[in-house]
Amino acid sequence: MIAIIDYGVGNLFSLKSSIASIGAEAVVTSEKEIIDKADHVILPGVGAFGDAVSKLRDKDLFYFVKEQAATGKPFLGICLGMQLLFDKSYEYGEHEGLGLVPGVVRPLEGDIPENLDIPHMGWNSLHFIERLGLSKDKCDAFGAPTGRSPIFRNLNEGDHVYFVHSFAAFECVRNLTATAEYGFPLTAAVQNNNVYGTQFHPEKSGEVGMKILKAFAEL
Amino acid sequence: MITKRIIPCLDVRDGRVVKGVNFEGLRDVNSPVELGKFYSECGADELVFYDITASFEGRKLFTDILTEVASQIFIPLTVGGGINTVDDFDRVLKCGADKVSVNSGAIKNPSLIDEAAKKYGNQCVVLSVDAKRVDGVYHVFLNGGRVDTGMDALKWVKEGVERGAGEVVLNSIDTDGVKKGFDLEMLKAVNELVKVPVIASGGAGSIQDFVDLFNEIPDISAGLAASIFHFGEVKIDDLKKRLKEENIPVRI
Repeated sequence: MIAIIDYGVGNLFSLKSSIASIGAEAVVTSEKEIIDKADHVILPGVGAFGDAVSKLRDKDLFYFVKEQAATGKPFLGICLGMQLLFDKSYEYGEHEGLGLVPGVVRPLEGDIPENLDIPHMGWNSLHFIERLGLSKDKCDAFGAPTGRSPIFRNLNEGDHVYFVHSFAAFECVRNLTATAEYGFPLTAAVQNNNVYGTQFHPEKSGEVGMKILKAFAEL
Repeated sequence: MITKRIIPCLDVRDGRVVKGVNFEGLRDVNSPVELGKFYSECGADELVFYDITASFEGRKLFTDILTEVASQIFIPLTVGGGINTVDDFDRVLKCGADKVSVNSGAIKNPSLIDEAAKKYGNQCVVLSVDAKRVDGVYHVFLNGGRVDTGMDALKWVKEGVERGAGEVVLNSIDTDGVKKGFDLEMLKAVNELVKVPVIASGGAGSIQDFVDLFNEIPDISAGLAASIFHFGEVKIDDLKKRLKEENIPVRI
Protein backbone atom coordinates (compact mmCIF):
# COMPACT_ATOMS: atom_id res chain seq x y z
CA MET A 1 0.00 0.00 0.00
CA ILE A 2 1.17 3.52 -0.86
CA ALA A 3 0.46 6.29 1.64
CA ILE A 4 -0.03 9.76 0.17
CA ILE A 5 0.58 12.20 2.99
CA ASP A 6 -2.29 14.65 3.34
CA TYR A 7 -1.15 17.77 5.14
CA GLY A 8 -3.57 20.22 3.60
CA VAL A 9 -1.74 21.36 0.50
CA GLY A 10 -3.00 20.78 -2.99
CA ASN A 11 -5.24 18.48 -4.77
CA LEU A 12 -4.54 14.81 -4.18
CA PHE A 13 -7.42 13.46 -6.24
CA SER A 14 -5.39 13.01 -9.44
CA LEU A 15 -2.48 11.46 -7.62
CA LYS A 16 -4.70 8.91 -5.94
CA SER A 17 -6.55 8.16 -9.21
CA SER A 18 -3.33 7.81 -11.19
CA ILE A 19 -1.97 5.27 -8.71
CA ALA A 20 -5.23 3.34 -8.88
CA SER A 21 -4.90 3.34 -12.68
CA ILE A 22 -1.56 1.48 -12.51
CA GLY A 23 -3.15 -1.17 -10.33
CA ALA A 24 -1.59 -0.14 -7.02
CA GLU A 25 -3.41 0.74 -3.85
CA ALA A 26 -3.10 4.24 -2.44
CA VAL A 27 -4.54 5.90 0.59
CA VAL A 28 -4.62 9.64 1.24
CA THR A 29 -4.01 10.17 4.93
CA SER A 30 -2.45 12.24 7.67
CA GLU A 31 -2.63 9.44 10.24
CA LYS A 32 0.77 8.31 11.42
CA GLU A 33 -0.27 4.71 12.04
CA ILE A 34 -1.46 4.29 8.47
CA ILE A 35 1.60 5.98 7.01
CA ASP A 36 3.83 3.82 9.18
CA LYS A 37 2.15 0.65 7.93
CA ALA A 38 2.45 1.65 4.27
CA ASP A 39 5.34 0.16 2.34
CA HIS A 40 5.70 3.23 0.11
CA VAL A 41 5.23 6.89 1.01
CA ILE A 42 4.52 9.88 -1.25
CA LEU A 43 4.92 13.46 -0.10
CA PRO A 44 2.94 15.64 -2.51
CA GLY A 45 2.52 19.39 -2.50
CA VAL A 46 1.79 22.58 -4.39
CA GLY A 47 1.97 26.14 -3.13
CA ALA A 48 4.50 27.93 -0.97
CA PHE A 49 7.41 26.25 0.84
CA GLY A 50 7.05 28.10 4.16
CA ASP A 51 3.35 27.39 4.28
CA ALA A 52 3.88 23.69 3.62
CA VAL A 53 6.51 23.39 6.37
CA SER A 54 4.15 25.12 8.83
CA LYS A 55 1.36 22.74 7.90
CA LEU A 56 3.60 19.70 8.36
CA ARG A 57 4.61 21.03 11.79
CA ASP A 58 1.00 21.89 12.72
CA LYS A 59 -0.01 18.31 12.02
CA ASP A 60 3.04 17.12 13.94
CA LEU A 61 4.29 15.42 10.80
CA PHE A 62 7.61 17.22 10.20
CA TYR A 63 9.84 14.88 12.23
CA PHE A 64 7.59 11.94 11.56
CA VAL A 65 8.16 12.34 7.81
CA LYS A 66 11.92 12.38 8.39
CA GLU A 67 11.62 9.21 10.46
CA GLN A 68 9.57 7.56 7.75
CA ALA A 69 12.27 8.31 5.18
CA ALA A 70 14.88 6.90 7.58
CA THR A 71 13.08 3.54 7.74
CA GLY A 72 14.44 2.81 4.27
CA LYS A 73 11.07 2.37 2.58
CA PRO A 74 10.69 3.95 -0.88
CA PHE A 75 9.80 7.60 -0.35
CA LEU A 76 8.83 9.99 -3.17
CA GLY A 77 8.46 13.78 -3.01
CA ILE A 78 6.57 15.39 -5.87
CA CYS A 79 6.89 19.06 -6.94
CA LEU A 80 6.82 21.09 -3.71
CA GLY A 81 7.08 17.71 -1.98
CA MET A 82 10.47 17.30 -3.69
CA GLN A 83 11.58 20.79 -2.73
CA LEU A 84 10.74 20.03 0.91
CA LEU A 85 13.32 17.21 0.86
CA PHE A 86 16.20 19.72 0.69
CA ASP A 87 18.04 21.52 3.48
CA LYS A 88 16.48 24.92 3.00
CA SER A 89 14.49 27.18 0.72
CA TYR A 90 14.78 30.87 -0.08
CA GLU A 91 11.14 31.22 -1.13
CA TYR A 92 9.87 34.42 0.53
CA GLY A 93 12.41 34.35 3.36
CA GLU A 94 14.49 31.44 4.51
CA HIS A 95 12.93 28.18 5.62
CA GLU A 96 14.36 24.96 6.93
CA GLY A 97 13.48 21.88 4.89
CA LEU A 98 13.45 18.19 5.78
CA GLY A 99 17.16 17.80 5.07
CA LEU A 100 16.73 14.41 3.39
CA VAL A 101 18.63 15.45 0.25
CA PRO A 102 21.52 17.94 0.32
CA GLY A 103 20.73 21.12 -1.62
CA VAL A 104 18.78 24.37 -1.55
CA VAL A 105 15.67 25.77 -3.24
CA ARG A 106 15.83 29.16 -4.97
CA PRO A 107 13.74 31.19 -7.43
CA LEU A 108 14.23 30.50 -11.14
CA GLU A 109 14.17 34.24 -11.71
CA GLY A 110 17.67 35.48 -12.41
CA ASP A 111 18.97 32.06 -13.35
CA ILE A 112 17.17 31.83 -16.67
CA PRO A 113 17.23 34.06 -19.78
CA GLU A 114 14.80 37.00 -19.89
CA ASN A 115 12.64 35.58 -22.67
CA LEU A 116 11.68 32.44 -20.74
CA ASP A 117 8.40 32.46 -18.83
CA ILE A 118 8.04 32.04 -15.09
CA PRO A 119 6.48 29.74 -13.96
CA HIS A 120 8.24 27.04 -15.96
CA MET A 121 4.99 25.52 -17.12
CA GLY A 122 4.42 22.75 -19.61
CA TRP A 123 5.95 19.58 -21.01
CA ASN A 124 9.72 19.37 -20.96
CA SER A 125 12.03 16.50 -21.88
CA LEU A 126 14.02 14.54 -19.31
CA HIS A 127 17.74 13.91 -19.54
CA PHE A 128 18.97 11.21 -17.25
CA ILE A 129 22.16 11.54 -15.24
CA GLU A 130 23.66 8.10 -15.23
CA ARG A 131 27.14 8.85 -13.99
CA LEU A 132 27.81 12.60 -13.61
CA GLY A 133 31.05 12.30 -15.57
CA LEU A 134 32.81 10.68 -12.63
CA SER A 135 34.35 7.24 -12.34
CA LYS A 136 32.33 4.61 -10.51
CA ASP A 137 34.69 4.78 -7.51
CA LYS A 138 34.30 8.52 -7.25
CA CYS A 139 30.54 8.24 -7.61
CA ASP A 140 30.53 5.72 -4.78
CA ALA A 141 32.74 7.97 -2.68
CA PHE A 142 30.46 10.97 -3.28
CA GLY A 143 27.30 8.93 -2.98
CA ALA A 144 26.46 10.07 -6.50
CA PRO A 145 24.20 7.93 -8.67
CA THR A 146 25.62 5.37 -11.02
CA GLY A 147 23.21 3.92 -13.49
CA ARG A 148 19.77 5.34 -14.04
CA SER A 149 17.53 5.99 -11.09
CA PRO A 150 15.22 2.95 -10.84
CA ILE A 151 12.02 5.01 -11.03
CA PHE A 152 13.03 5.90 -14.62
CA ARG A 153 13.89 2.40 -15.69
CA ASN A 154 11.00 2.13 -18.17
CA LEU A 155 11.58 5.53 -19.80
CA ASN A 156 13.47 6.71 -22.86
CA GLU A 157 15.93 9.58 -22.86
CA GLY A 158 13.99 12.70 -23.88
CA ASP A 159 10.57 11.53 -22.70
CA HIS A 160 8.32 14.47 -21.80
CA VAL A 161 6.84 15.21 -18.38
CA TYR A 162 4.70 18.05 -17.05
CA PHE A 163 6.28 20.80 -14.97
CA VAL A 164 4.81 23.79 -13.19
CA HIS A 165 7.03 25.68 -10.75
CA SER A 166 8.73 29.03 -10.16
CA PHE A 167 11.39 27.78 -7.72
CA ALA A 168 13.95 25.05 -8.29
CA ALA A 169 16.55 22.98 -6.45
CA PHE A 170 20.22 23.93 -6.70
CA GLU A 171 23.52 22.69 -5.26
CA CYS A 172 22.32 19.09 -5.39
CA VAL A 173 24.53 17.67 -8.14
CA ARG A 174 25.55 14.62 -6.12
CA ASN A 175 21.98 13.47 -5.96
CA LEU A 176 20.81 14.61 -9.37
CA THR A 177 19.16 11.85 -11.45
CA ALA A 178 17.53 13.87 -14.24
CA THR A 179 17.59 17.39 -15.64
CA ALA A 180 15.37 19.39 -17.98
CA GLU A 181 16.63 22.21 -20.19
CA TYR A 182 15.15 25.61 -19.38
CA GLY A 183 17.88 28.09 -20.18
CA PHE A 184 20.09 25.81 -18.08
CA PRO A 185 19.82 22.16 -17.00
CA LEU A 186 17.42 22.50 -14.07
CA THR A 187 16.89 19.87 -11.39
CA ALA A 188 14.13 17.58 -12.63
CA ALA A 189 14.72 14.67 -10.26
CA VAL A 190 16.94 13.60 -7.38
CA GLN A 191 17.62 10.50 -5.35
CA ASN A 192 19.30 9.88 -2.03
CA ASN A 193 19.19 6.14 -1.40
CA ASN A 194 15.50 5.32 -0.80
CA VAL A 195 14.40 8.96 -1.04
CA TYR A 196 13.28 10.09 -4.50
CA GLY A 197 12.08 13.46 -5.69
CA THR A 198 10.57 14.75 -8.93
CA GLN A 199 10.10 18.45 -9.64
CA PHE A 200 7.55 17.53 -12.32
CA HIS A 201 4.15 15.91 -11.76
CA PRO A 202 4.19 12.23 -12.78
CA GLU A 203 0.45 12.08 -12.03
CA LYS A 204 -0.12 14.70 -14.77
CA SER A 205 2.42 13.35 -17.24
CA GLY A 206 0.24 10.89 -19.15
CA GLU A 207 1.70 7.49 -20.02
CA VAL A 208 5.26 8.49 -19.18
CA GLY A 209 4.15 9.59 -15.73
CA MET A 210 2.29 6.33 -15.14
CA LYS A 211 5.48 4.38 -15.99
CA ILE A 212 7.34 6.34 -13.33
CA LEU A 213 4.67 5.75 -10.69
CA LYS A 214 4.55 2.07 -11.58
CA ALA A 215 8.33 1.72 -11.28
CA PHE A 216 8.15 3.46 -7.90
CA ALA A 217 5.31 1.23 -6.72
CA GLU A 218 7.35 -1.82 -7.72
CA LEU A 219 10.42 -0.80 -5.69
CA MET B 1 13.50 21.67 -24.03
CA ILE B 2 10.12 23.06 -23.13
CA THR B 3 7.55 22.26 -25.80
CA LYS B 4 4.73 24.31 -27.29
CA ARG B 5 1.38 23.20 -25.95
CA ILE B 6 -1.67 22.36 -28.05
CA ILE B 7 -4.86 22.70 -26.07
CA PRO B 8 -8.37 21.72 -27.15
CA CYS B 9 -11.20 23.49 -25.35
CA LEU B 10 -14.45 21.61 -24.73
CA ASP B 11 -17.66 23.50 -24.03
CA VAL B 12 -19.84 21.57 -21.59
CA ARG B 13 -23.52 22.15 -20.94
CA ASP B 14 -25.37 20.01 -18.41
CA GLY B 15 -22.49 17.57 -18.36
CA ARG B 16 -22.32 17.06 -22.13
CA VAL B 17 -19.87 18.43 -24.68
CA VAL B 18 -21.70 20.86 -26.90
CA LYS B 19 -19.88 20.83 -30.18
CA GLY B 20 -18.70 17.23 -30.49
CA VAL B 21 -19.12 15.66 -33.91
CA ASN B 22 -18.25 12.67 -35.98
CA PHE B 23 -15.10 11.05 -34.70
CA GLU B 24 -14.60 7.56 -36.01
CA GLY B 25 -14.60 4.98 -33.29
CA LEU B 26 -16.11 7.14 -30.59
CA ARG B 27 -19.35 5.72 -29.28
CA ASP B 28 -20.49 8.92 -27.66
CA VAL B 29 -19.06 12.10 -29.10
CA ASN B 30 -20.77 14.26 -26.52
CA SER B 31 -19.19 12.51 -23.58
CA PRO B 32 -16.51 14.68 -21.95
CA VAL B 33 -14.74 11.55 -20.74
CA GLU B 34 -14.60 9.89 -24.16
CA LEU B 35 -13.65 13.05 -25.98
CA GLY B 36 -11.07 13.92 -23.35
CA LYS B 37 -9.51 10.47 -23.68
CA PHE B 38 -9.54 10.74 -27.44
CA TYR B 39 -7.73 14.08 -27.36
CA SER B 40 -5.29 12.91 -24.75
CA GLU B 41 -4.38 9.89 -26.89
CA CYS B 42 -3.96 12.13 -29.97
CA GLY B 43 -1.36 14.18 -28.11
CA ALA B 44 -3.31 17.08 -26.58
CA ASP B 45 -1.04 18.64 -23.95
CA GLU B 46 -3.82 19.88 -21.69
CA LEU B 47 -7.60 19.95 -21.75
CA VAL B 48 -9.83 22.89 -21.02
CA PHE B 49 -13.40 22.23 -19.91
CA TYR B 50 -15.59 25.26 -20.13
CA ASP B 51 -18.86 25.07 -18.23
CA ILE B 52 -21.54 27.00 -20.12
CA THR B 53 -24.34 25.72 -17.91
CA ALA B 54 -26.48 28.38 -16.30
CA SER B 55 -28.44 26.28 -13.80
CA PHE B 56 -27.51 24.87 -10.42
CA GLU B 57 -28.37 21.33 -11.55
CA GLY B 58 -26.16 21.70 -14.60
CA ARG B 59 -23.30 22.83 -12.40
CA LYS B 60 -23.68 19.69 -10.31
CA LEU B 61 -23.57 17.54 -13.46
CA PHE B 62 -20.44 19.39 -14.53
CA THR B 63 -18.58 18.65 -11.33
CA ASP B 64 -19.67 15.00 -11.47
CA ILE B 65 -18.33 14.67 -14.99
CA LEU B 66 -15.15 16.51 -14.06
CA THR B 67 -14.50 13.98 -11.31
CA GLU B 68 -14.91 11.19 -13.83
CA VAL B 69 -12.56 12.86 -16.32
CA ALA B 70 -9.93 13.53 -13.67
CA SER B 71 -10.00 9.95 -12.45
CA GLN B 72 -9.24 8.62 -15.94
CA ILE B 73 -7.19 11.20 -17.81
CA PHE B 74 -3.75 12.07 -16.45
CA ILE B 75 -2.81 15.29 -18.19
CA PRO B 76 -3.41 18.83 -16.86
CA LEU B 77 -7.04 19.91 -16.73
CA THR B 78 -8.18 23.52 -16.71
CA VAL B 79 -11.72 24.46 -15.83
CA GLY B 80 -13.50 27.68 -16.67
CA GLY B 81 -17.02 29.08 -16.73
CA GLY B 82 -19.03 30.35 -13.81
CA ILE B 83 -16.02 30.99 -11.57
CA ASN B 84 -16.96 33.98 -9.41
CA THR B 85 -15.74 33.15 -5.93
CA VAL B 86 -12.99 31.32 -4.10
CA ASP B 87 -15.64 28.72 -3.27
CA ASP B 88 -16.03 28.11 -7.00
CA PHE B 89 -12.29 27.45 -7.18
CA ASP B 90 -12.62 25.05 -4.30
CA ARG B 91 -15.54 23.24 -5.91
CA VAL B 92 -13.72 22.42 -9.18
CA LEU B 93 -10.28 21.82 -7.65
CA LYS B 94 -11.75 19.18 -5.35
CA CYS B 95 -13.05 17.37 -8.43
CA GLY B 96 -9.60 17.15 -9.94
CA ALA B 97 -9.05 20.37 -11.90
CA ASP B 98 -5.43 21.57 -11.87
CA LYS B 99 -6.02 25.12 -13.02
CA VAL B 100 -9.02 27.40 -12.93
CA SER B 101 -9.65 30.12 -15.45
CA VAL B 102 -11.39 33.33 -14.50
CA ASN B 103 -12.89 35.86 -16.86
CA SER B 104 -15.96 37.95 -16.00
CA GLY B 105 -15.77 36.91 -12.33
CA ALA B 106 -12.38 38.63 -12.08
CA ILE B 107 -13.57 41.70 -13.96
CA LYS B 108 -16.43 42.16 -11.50
CA ASN B 109 -14.17 41.44 -8.53
CA PRO B 110 -10.44 41.70 -9.34
CA SER B 111 -9.42 40.68 -5.83
CA LEU B 112 -10.71 37.20 -6.67
CA ILE B 113 -7.36 36.72 -8.44
CA ASP B 114 -5.38 37.76 -5.34
CA GLU B 115 -7.42 35.59 -3.02
CA ALA B 116 -7.28 32.49 -5.23
CA ALA B 117 -3.57 32.91 -5.95
CA LYS B 118 -2.83 33.25 -2.27
CA LYS B 119 -4.88 30.21 -1.38
CA TYR B 120 -4.00 27.86 -4.24
CA GLY B 121 -0.83 29.32 -5.75
CA ASN B 122 -0.33 31.47 -8.86
CA GLN B 123 0.06 28.40 -11.06
CA CYS B 124 -3.57 27.56 -10.39
CA VAL B 125 -5.06 30.85 -11.57
CA VAL B 126 -5.51 31.42 -15.30
CA LEU B 127 -6.68 34.85 -16.44
CA SER B 128 -8.83 34.51 -19.53
CA VAL B 129 -9.41 37.73 -21.46
CA ASP B 130 -11.71 38.39 -24.42
CA ALA B 131 -10.33 41.41 -26.24
CA LYS B 132 -11.36 43.40 -29.29
CA ARG B 133 -10.14 46.53 -31.04
CA VAL B 134 -12.14 49.70 -30.42
CA ASP B 135 -10.78 52.84 -32.12
CA GLY B 136 -7.34 51.29 -32.31
CA VAL B 137 -7.23 50.28 -28.64
CA TYR B 138 -7.76 46.79 -27.25
CA HIS B 139 -10.83 46.67 -25.02
CA VAL B 140 -11.90 43.92 -22.66
CA PHE B 141 -15.27 42.41 -23.66
CA LEU B 142 -17.78 40.32 -21.76
CA ASN B 143 -20.36 37.71 -22.75
CA GLY B 144 -18.46 36.31 -25.71
CA GLY B 145 -17.77 39.71 -27.18
CA ARG B 146 -21.20 41.31 -26.87
CA VAL B 147 -20.49 43.76 -24.06
CA ASP B 148 -17.69 46.31 -24.14
CA THR B 149 -16.39 46.96 -20.61
CA GLY B 150 -14.37 49.92 -21.84
CA MET B 151 -11.36 48.54 -19.97
CA ASP B 152 -7.96 48.61 -21.65
CA ALA B 153 -7.07 44.96 -22.28
CA LEU B 154 -3.29 45.43 -21.96
CA LYS B 155 -3.68 47.19 -18.63
CA TRP B 156 -6.06 44.50 -17.42
CA VAL B 157 -3.71 41.68 -18.35
CA LYS B 158 -0.84 43.43 -16.57
CA GLU B 159 -2.97 44.03 -13.49
CA GLY B 160 -4.22 40.44 -13.47
CA VAL B 161 -0.67 39.08 -13.56
CA GLU B 162 0.43 41.49 -10.83
CA ARG B 163 -2.48 40.27 -8.73
CA GLY B 164 -1.24 36.70 -9.11
CA ALA B 165 -2.49 35.07 -12.33
CA GLY B 166 0.08 32.45 -13.37
CA GLU B 167 -1.03 32.19 -16.96
CA VAL B 168 -3.02 34.25 -19.48
CA VAL B 169 -5.39 33.06 -22.20
CA LEU B 170 -5.87 35.81 -24.73
CA ASN B 171 -8.90 35.36 -26.94
CA SER B 172 -9.19 37.87 -29.76
CA ILE B 173 -12.82 38.59 -30.56
CA ASP B 174 -11.64 40.18 -33.82
CA THR B 175 -10.30 36.89 -35.16
CA ASP B 176 -12.48 34.44 -33.19
CA GLY B 177 -14.65 32.32 -35.47
CA VAL B 178 -13.11 33.81 -38.64
CA LYS B 179 -10.66 30.90 -39.04
CA LYS B 180 -8.08 33.03 -40.83
CA GLY B 181 -5.40 32.70 -38.19
CA PHE B 182 -4.56 33.90 -34.69
CA ASP B 183 -4.44 37.62 -33.89
CA LEU B 184 -0.65 37.86 -34.03
CA GLU B 185 -0.55 41.61 -33.48
CA MET B 186 -2.63 41.50 -30.30
CA LEU B 187 -0.85 38.39 -29.02
CA LYS B 188 2.57 39.96 -29.52
CA ALA B 189 1.51 43.02 -27.55
CA VAL B 190 0.27 40.92 -24.65
CA ASN B 191 3.14 38.43 -24.71
CA GLU B 192 5.73 41.21 -24.49
CA LEU B 193 3.92 42.69 -21.54
CA VAL B 194 4.01 39.78 -19.10
CA LYS B 195 6.48 37.18 -17.86
CA VAL B 196 3.92 34.39 -17.33
CA PRO B 197 2.95 31.96 -20.12
CA VAL B 198 0.47 33.31 -22.68
CA ILE B 199 -1.94 31.02 -24.52
CA ALA B 200 -3.21 32.13 -27.93
CA SER B 201 -6.89 31.70 -28.62
CA GLY B 202 -9.30 32.73 -31.35
CA GLY B 203 -8.91 32.39 -35.08
CA ALA B 204 -7.18 29.10 -35.79
CA GLY B 205 -8.56 27.59 -38.98
CA SER B 206 -5.75 25.37 -40.20
CA ILE B 207 -2.48 23.72 -39.27
CA GLN B 208 -0.65 26.56 -41.00
CA ASP B 209 -2.17 29.03 -38.53
CA PHE B 210 -0.40 27.25 -35.65
CA VAL B 211 2.88 27.16 -37.62
CA ASP B 212 2.58 30.91 -38.19
CA LEU B 213 1.74 31.52 -34.53
CA PHE B 214 4.83 29.75 -33.20
CA ASN B 215 7.13 31.08 -35.93
CA GLU B 216 5.97 34.69 -35.59
CA ILE B 217 5.86 34.69 -31.79
CA PRO B 218 8.52 32.17 -30.72
CA ASP B 219 7.97 32.92 -27.03
CA ILE B 220 4.24 32.18 -27.03
CA SER B 221 3.55 29.19 -24.84
CA ALA B 222 0.51 27.48 -26.33
CA GLY B 223 -2.26 27.51 -28.91
CA LEU B 224 -5.86 26.82 -27.95
CA ALA B 225 -8.78 26.00 -30.23
CA ALA B 226 -12.20 24.43 -30.06
CA SER B 227 -14.28 23.87 -33.16
CA ILE B 228 -11.50 23.00 -35.61
CA PHE B 229 -10.54 20.10 -33.36
CA HIS B 230 -14.14 19.06 -32.64
CA PHE B 231 -15.11 19.10 -36.29
CA GLY B 232 -11.98 17.19 -37.25
CA GLU B 233 -10.75 20.00 -39.53
CA VAL B 234 -7.42 19.83 -37.75
CA LYS B 235 -6.27 16.59 -36.16
CA ILE B 236 -3.97 17.11 -33.20
CA ASP B 237 -1.56 14.33 -34.19
CA ASP B 238 -1.23 15.73 -37.73
CA LEU B 239 -0.75 19.22 -36.31
CA LYS B 240 2.03 18.11 -34.00
CA LYS B 241 3.79 16.16 -36.75
CA ARG B 242 3.80 19.25 -38.92
CA LEU B 243 5.05 21.50 -36.11
CA LYS B 244 7.87 19.04 -35.52
CA GLU B 245 8.80 19.16 -39.22
CA GLU B 246 8.93 22.93 -38.90
CA ASN B 247 11.39 22.56 -36.01
CA ILE B 248 8.89 23.87 -33.51
CA PRO B 249 9.39 21.88 -30.27
CA VAL B 250 6.39 19.67 -29.49
CA ARG B 251 5.73 16.60 -27.40
CA ILE B 252 5.08 13.59 -29.61
